[in-house]
Amino acid sequence: MKPVFMTYTKKDLINLAVCMILSVLIIPTFIKTEYWYTSILIPWLCLALATIGQQIVMGYTGQLALGAAGFMAAGAFAMFNLILRVPDLGFVGSLIVSGLIAAAFGILFGLPSLKVRGIYLMVATLASQFFIIWMIDKFGWFKNYDSSGIITAQDIVILGKPFTTPLAMYFVCLAVTTILTLLAMNMARGSTGRNWMAVRDMDIAAESMGVSLLRTKVQAFAISAFYCGVAGALFAFCYLKSLEPVAFDIKLSFKILFMCILGGLGTINGAFIGAAFILLFPVLLNAIGNNVFHGAIDATIISSIEQVIFGLLMIIFMIYEPLGMAKLWENIKQKWRTKLPSSTNLKSSLSKKT
Amino acid sequence: MVEELLFFMEVLVGGLLAGTMYSLVALGFVLIFKASATFNFSQGAMVFFSVLAFCGFMQDFNIPFIPAFILAALLMVVVGLCTERLVLRPLMNASEDTVLMATIGLGYVLEGLAQAAWGVEVRRLDLGIGDFPVPWIADNLKLFISALDITAGLVAAIMIISLFLLFKYTKIGLGLRAVADDPGAASSIGIPLKHIMLLVWSAAGVVALVAGCMWGARAGVQFALVDLALKALPVLIIGGFSSIPGAIIGGLIIGAVEKVLEVYIGPFFGGAIEGWAPYVLAIFFLLYRPEGLFGEKIIRRV
Repeated sequence: MKPVFMTYTKKDLINLAVCMILSVLIIPTFIKTEYWYTSILIPWLCLALATIGQQIVMGYTGQLALGAAGFMAAGAFAMFNLILRVPDLGFVGSLIVSGLIAAAFGILFGLPSLKVRGIYLMVATLASQFFIIWMIDKFGWFKNYDSSGIITAQDIVILGKPFTTPLAMYFVCLAVTTILTLLAMNMARGSTGRNWMAVRDMDIAAESMGVSLLRTKVQAFAISAFYCGVAGALFAFCYLKSLEPVAFDIKLSFKILFMCILGGLGTINGAFIGAAFILLFPVLLNAIGNNVFHGAIDATIISSIEQVIFGLLMIIFMIYEPLGMAKLWENIKQKWRTKLPSSTNLKSSLSKKT
Repeated sequence: MVEELLFFMEVLVGGLLAGTMYSLVALGFVLIFKASATFNFSQGAMVFFSVLAFCGFMQDFNIPFIPAFILAALLMVVVGLCTERLVLRPLMNASEDTVLMATIGLGYVLEGLAQAAWGVEVRRLDLGIGDFPVPWIADNLKLFISALDITAGLVAAIMIISLFLLFKYTKIGLGLRAVADDPGAASSIGIPLKHIMLLVWSAAGVVALVAGCMWGARAGVQFALVDLALKALPVLIIGGFSSIPGAIIGGLIIGAVEKVLEVYIGPFFGGAIEGWAPYVLAIFFLLYRPEGLFGEKIIRRV
């Protein structure tokens, strides 16, 4: 099949311009506190990127996978070793190569998807999660024989310039996320994404229409793992500023799964909405605990309540809106549009006909 | 030579008995899968929730052992009731994957509730059975086998036999199988779907409580129980999702293979391969026999 690429419509370009102005001009001028960059914006961008990876394999290709954090760990430690051992590669080069290494793992552990689906596949991807973390933990070479268990990440240097302030790191994350998001949108709208969605909706029917299951599924897993790998590298180097396998445990995988599902399966903007929600909600809950109840509620109880609310939301969304917050947003926009006076154009054109 | 063989036997028997603990967790999954073809991802959370409540009743309210156990079991029936009402019924016609994700959410709710109600610290659970070698077996057979392991094996055997009899020979069991086969047809001939679901979820809750007691007595009642329950997944893949004997055999295989690998091959890789070996074993099974040893063959139509 000939690959098809979609061109961008005027609406897309306007959206892009708004996002860019907001993130490049408005946020840096108005937000001066470091806290916002180091604890909210940077992890948000990194996790949104990982969620896009999860979206590709789960939302678009319909394969239930639960190993995003494992691929993130692979990307993060690949990045550390590449900068350490192959310094000539530079930051951007290392980032790409570490994404590719994660993609190789993605292909390896995505292979079972050819035979199994649903919960069976979930177990196979759990294997990747546990295996990758174990491998990094047990072989000292990956951690450069560091005995403390936590390694400090190297400083980010691009073209000889250090990027160490929170604002600079924010721009690094922003640039990478923007490029990869645009690419993901392109893939999702083009023939690649059409194939993914065909496999998601009915794999046997897709196969009989000439979509190669092998190619499509392996491709989805590879690209998904690439996104997760890059996100993991950014997560470790810009947000955690240290590397430890424990940071990428199964809990993070579940978190990314939640971001993906609550945000809205099969949407790119859902990844950003979901990541923002899962990240900001605990902050909000803590703020309520501290300011309204003045610390009368124990921190562990607050985190338990947070867990209950995430779980409840998951159930509620599954029942009432399985397509998540992105769809909710669409619905709101739709309602707004029908109420807007500009719809008189439509009405007049209708009345002309009759 | 004899000593080596004895050591191997000890590892193997220890592994097999530890495997029955996995089987107990897997049993809860199978019960629900058999009756509703839904995969209940929250089974691990149910194990944690039930045994933490049990501990809480005993330690915080000073309720004696047996009433506390009954209270915890009743609590699990209530959980089953709420689940059926609030989660499963609205999702009656949803796809399998949607229900699965809802049960992941349910798991989160149960974990959070348990920790909010009873705290996050590790609790000790004393069943009055020690986790040390039985002297009689150690003297006569020269095998060191923990009393707790043997109890777990016995409890698992009793539960399996009674559940098997229930499914095979009672009217309820027949109803359960009918619902599992085709919920629509079953309800049209007058099998009360609601009651069947409630029954199955309550039974799974009680099984979770028993499994939780066994695990809790060994490793302490703590959040790690939820992760341990994830290990029941490879057990199910090997045994098949809809087979009670499969859960047992799968558990035994996983327990034995994991222990033997850990002792004989683990040292070459720096140990702790227990963490992922069951999953890799499950992948190999998936490639050759995706429906598991005892599962029904999956047929999909366009």
